[in-house]
Amino acid sequence: MTATTASRRSAEPAKPGRSAKTVKPSKARAGGHSGIRESAVSRTIAMAVMVVATLYFLTPIWWLFVASSKTRADFTTTAPLWFADFALFENIAALFDYRNAVFLRWLANSALYAGIGALIATIIAAMAGYAIAKYTFRGRETLFNVILGGVLVPATALALPLFLLFSQVGATNTIWAVFLPSLVSPFGVYLSRIYAAASVPDEIIEAARIDGAGEVRTFFTVATRLMAPALVTIFLFQFVAIWNNFFLPLIMLRDESLFPVTLGLYVWNTQVSQIPDIRALVIVGSLLSIIPLILTFLGLQRFWQSGLANGGLK
Amino acid sequence: MAISTVARVGAMAALTALALTACSTGGSEAPGAAGGDCAPSDGPVTLTFTSWLPGVEEAVAIWNDENPDIQVEVQTGPNGNGGTYQNFFNQLEAGNAPDLGQIEFDAMPNFRVQDGLENIAACDGILEAEDQFVPWTWSQVTFGEEDAVYAIPQDTGPMAMFYRADLFEAAGIAVPETWEDYQAAAAQIREQGGYINNFSQSDINAFAGLVWQAGGEWFANDGEQWEVNLTGEETTQVAEYWQGMIEQDLVAVYPPWTDEWNAAYNSSEIWTWVSAVWGANTIASGAPDTAGKWAVAPMPQWEAGASAAGNWGGSTTAVLKGSDHPYEAAQFALWLNSDADALTAMNKTANIYPATIEGANLPVFGEGVEFYGGQKIYEVFAEAGNNVDPDFTWGPTMTQVYNDVADGFSGAVSGSGTLLEALQSGQSSTIDALKAAAIPVKE
Repeated sequence: MTATTASRRSAEPAKPGRSAKTVKPSKARAGGHSGIRESAVSRTIAMAVMVVATLYFLTPIWWLFVASSKTRADFTTTAPLWFADFALFENIAALFDYRNAVFLRWLANSALYAGIGALIATIIAAMAGYAIAKYTFRGRETLFNVILGGVLVPATALALPLFLLFSQVGATNTIWAVFLPSLVSPFGVYLSRIYAAASVPDEIIEAARIDGAGEVRTFFTVATRLMAPALVTIFLFQFVAIWNNFFLPLIMLRDESLFPVTLGLYVWNTQVSQIPDIRALVIVGSLLSIIPLILTFLGLQRFWQSGLANGGLK
Repeated sequence: MAISTVARVGAMAALTALALTACSTGGSEAPGAAGGDCAPSDGPVTLTFTSWLPGVEEAVAIWNDENPDIQVEVQTGPNGNGGTYQNFFNQLEAGNAPDLGQIEFDAMPNFRVQDGLENIAACDGILEAEDQFVPWTWSQVTFGEEDAVYAIPQDTGPMAMFYRADLFEAAGIAVPETWEDYQAAAAQIREQGGYINNFSQSDINAFAGLVWQAGGEWFANDGEQWEVNLTGEETTQVAEYWQGMIEQDLVAVYPPWTDEWNAAYNSSEIWTWVSAVWGANTIASGAPDTAGKWAVAPMPQWEAGASAAGNWGGSTTAVLKGSDHPYEAAQFALWLNSDADALTAMNKTANIYPATIEGANLPVFGEGVEFYGGQKIYEVFAEAGNNVDPDFTWGPTMTQVYNDVADGFSGAVSGSGTLLEALQSGQSSTIDALKAAAIPVKE
């Protein structure tokens, strides 16, 4: 749903601009009529592609929603893509009831790791990117290149070394074992640098300095506002990355009450052979676990879109 | 990654340990003596115990109430192959492994070879506990070594045949007692549009259970090196039997544990499942429409009149290397897996089927089960448990074996290659894997 409305919305205003641009190089075109006809065809094709893509992406979610609404008996016996007796709320109640509402605890943990983690990661990345973009100092490019190299190292490859490091200081199986590694975002630094270089004019910084603002104040009151679209993008990326991070918690955490929702659901899923009934909880839990992600995206989508568009123009 | 170095050290340690078993006598109280020492700690202790059994906390709470000086903290995670074993190895490497861990029988040799287990034979009452356990389970935790106990058996998965009593009766087909009967019945069932069974392409441990029943052995260890034998006479017999069933379209080949697999049972398309005791809940959950129509009989036999059974699944509670309190940990492990209250609690929350002889007599196993038409199905499984061959040995790289053989099996069910070819290729890849881990292996 969100994908289609978003694409439609962005497709409308883009059209005049696009046709205006394409007219110029292709002077041989017969003019207005053929242009309109062509765009109708390409529009239909674009719509068809979008519809197929939307179905492709939404069918699993639709399945998840339908499956979550079924009783255990209906789950195996009825058609997978349509409703039987609607028992969604009973299932949710059972989920919250299981093991003293540990699932709510997992949701709260995920919100903490992803929410606070992404916020701090965004601030750190913004400060680093801004500093690299706006201050000249020795080793600037080297520093930037090293950070950029960090983008290439998959988080999964770092999990085991991190585990051994945290073991050295006795901090495995604590909140910090998952939280601290989430605070770094090399990609965020990269994006901040590019965006700060493009959207924060040196003149404004000069003006702020002349007006007597310190460097820190200039950053927080002037630069962050100009960089806002990029910061939202970084926040969203990092939020999703932490929310979906699975391998690090798997390696670090033993205490059920520290689990994020991804790990918790995975653990339950491996218990299905012992307790088949738990499967219903895994399914309804999966449905609930994606809702915060959807809400975050819907809430921040506006900022994010304008951010992408701005970046594209420059 | 980390494993290979651990493995190398561990393999040597294990070899040394195996060579020294004669010397490492139990009961030596000398402080600092390696191996045979097991003295109580001074003062109250707290033990950590990692297990993925759902609700194991309830059983642990009983212990904690009765033993204020030995408190046990439960840690959890996914099932063994789902990540907990890898975590154990990481933790052993980092030196922060829990005192106790749940380890399945088929993973025990892996931990033994990598020197991840404490020998608790010298701890009070552990050697004497042997009589309480089903014989084959004890040989799995001692590896046949003298004065050695590396874990306490927790639960087992004795195998039997779940079958649709109503369909067999209506079709006038006798319940098969031998594998020959079973194949004949399969043909009759196929004529009626059903399948007698589903051949699982990915449950290699279930296939191992069938081989186990036939008297085959996949691994052997003479104290110096491992021998791999995935293509022995019995294994070949079992593989060719099921290969024939697949080729004649007498068994379904749905991927197991999927919705379509459940649906095939629920819609009465498949008539039997040769599976372990815990499968009773799997069917009840996956095929609710067939309630009351099932029954349980012993596994079909290779020789008429025999009563051999296989085993699929089951785990132990092991004291992991480096525990500061092996004595207390051993006492807890023994209690957890032999105390009637603890076993009842674990059966209630996690459907475990105990490894103790007495465990089969718990009240819950004496009752008829409604899903199975009121039959006292656990009597069949208790009998099966006593008929499991104690000499079957798992190898040190079972995860790899399962993966490699499963690759070949899934090809075989779709017509490329055969089960036997999959096992042959598994044989050579397993030898390679052992060599790569510097574990001595006979070629």
